[in-house]
Amino acid sequence: MAKFPKIKRMGERAILLEFEPEISLEILEKVLSLKKYLQENSLKETVDITTTYNLLLVSYEYAIEDAYSEVFNLWEDFSRTNISFKIESRLFQVPVCYDENFALDMVEISAAKDLSKKEIIGLHSSEIYTVYFTGFLPGFLYLGGLPQLLHFPRKIHPRQTVQKGAVGIGEKQTGIYPQSSPGGWNIIGNSPVPLFDPEKNPPCEIRPGDRIKFCPVSLEEHREITEEVRKGDFNFNFEEENG
Amino acid sequence: MAEVEIIQPGLFSSIQDLGRYGYREFGVPTGGAMDTQAAGMANLLLGNESEAAVLEITLQGPKMRFLDPAQIVITGANLSPKLEGKELENNKIINVEAGEILSVGRRKSGYRAYLAVKGGLQSKIILGSRSWSPGITPHNRLERGMKLPFLRSESESSSKYSAVKSDDYITSAVIEAFPGPEFELLLTSEKEMLSKRHFSAAKESNRMGIQCQEKLENSLQPILTGPVLPGTVQLTPSGTLIILMRDGQTTGGYPRIVQLSETGINTLAQKIPGQKLQIKVINYK
Repeated sequence: MAKFPKIKRMGERAILLEFEPEISLEILEKVLSLKKYLQENSLKETVDITTTYNLLLVSYEYAIEDAYSEVFNLWEDFSRTNISFKIESRLFQVPVCYDENFALDMVEISAAKDLSKKEIIGLHSSEIYTVYFTGFLPGFLYLGGLPQLLHFPRKIHPRQTVQKGAVGIGEKQTGIYPQSSPGGWNIIGNSPVPLFDPEKNPPCEIRPGDRIKFCPVSLEEHREITEEVRKGDFNFNFEEENG
Repeated sequence: MAEVEIIQPGLFSSIQDLGRYGYREFGVPTGGAMDTQAAGMANLLLGNESEAAVLEITLQGPKMRFLDPAQIVITGANLSPKLEGKELENNKIINVEAGEILSVGRRKSGYRAYLAVKGGLQSKIILGSRSWSPGITPHNRLERGMKLPFLRSESESSSKYSAVKSDDYITSAVIEAFPGPEFELLLTSEKEMLSKRHFSAAKESNRMGIQCQEKLENSLQPILTGPVLPGTVQLTPSGTLIILMRDGQTTGGYPRIVQLSETGINTLAQKIPGQKLQIKVINYK
């Protein structure tokens, strides 16, 4: 039996910690607890800690001779303390406009799935999604929890440009494009909320461990929120949750 | 603030420092100079801070007019730089008078040259760095008519250092790499092919990543999306090697077979598309 997490080097200045390769809340909690522990326990300042479903990467700005033992010792301390960290989670209401102006692939999904547009919106907006991590693009959230009925393959020919805010479905995942980019997901709506703002620190409001729920809004409401964001008046709507 | 005005933007140039640290968890690429050794050398020769921002010039250079006097150093690729038509040497401090025009000519070696100005280029600091990066900073490449501010230097640098490190890494065809997280999943024969075969960068390569033209047969399955770094070499199911560079994304779903050394990344940053290169896997100490 392999023991988890496995610790591996990744080049001259990074250490990778691997938990069991699965997408689950239990593993997410382990990964985020370890991240918090490493951040709070004197890892050198110029360090990036990137997490994904089951992996945690500690990378340093410069090649450091003893980085491996530093991370390894901290990991040993962490596993000995045996403390289960509660992840602070917040539930965000994220407005999405599913109007046909934005929902470029709604008709195709509707036909292929034999679901009405209303049913698709209902399914997509009634679920609560967990944020596993941010990656791919600045502010792009990897969400878990897309209902199986909405699983749909990526487009065979990705679009050269997917609009900022586009809400898409790709295989078992759903997500929001935080900026315009090429993309292969099927677009079913658009969210006006700012997922990444380089002028703010931290640049992202929504964090791994948070949960989100999509709320359908009209074109008019979408316009109003866009205007609020432009003026800098927009505030996220969320409530604290306990574990 | 002193300024240099861009008359012609050239192929692709951008302002870079050593990159942004502490923001990868938000999906923000580290960015920074593709060849950190050349950028560092330029700053060192001028007595600048190591994190001073420099201009990274790719292959075909811009033409620019200094509106104020400056001291400059050019390092990295030799792109036949000229001041007022007179050829300049790399790795030497050059005094520029107000109104003089700097241009870049024919490539002699390397792919990316670095132009450092005494005092450093003063692009806005965003998320801890002056580096231009798509989606993060207002600009990501030089454009005609831009005026780049730099600090007017009080003291003149004299050549306290001559080029202290060799430029051999620029022309080397060997790219050093350490085993990546999925290296052991490769068959012995696949590992051998990785080291034996010559690879070369495809035309589409850029600051985000370098795609190799030659394929490596493999039977690896995609992995659960995991963290990647500049210098991570990913192997796609079709056998294409994708080497992530400084502006590369923070996570990826392809097996990460090797991780380039820092020198390996710098060497690769100096390879023009089509140039042959060989990956040399070295073990951890």
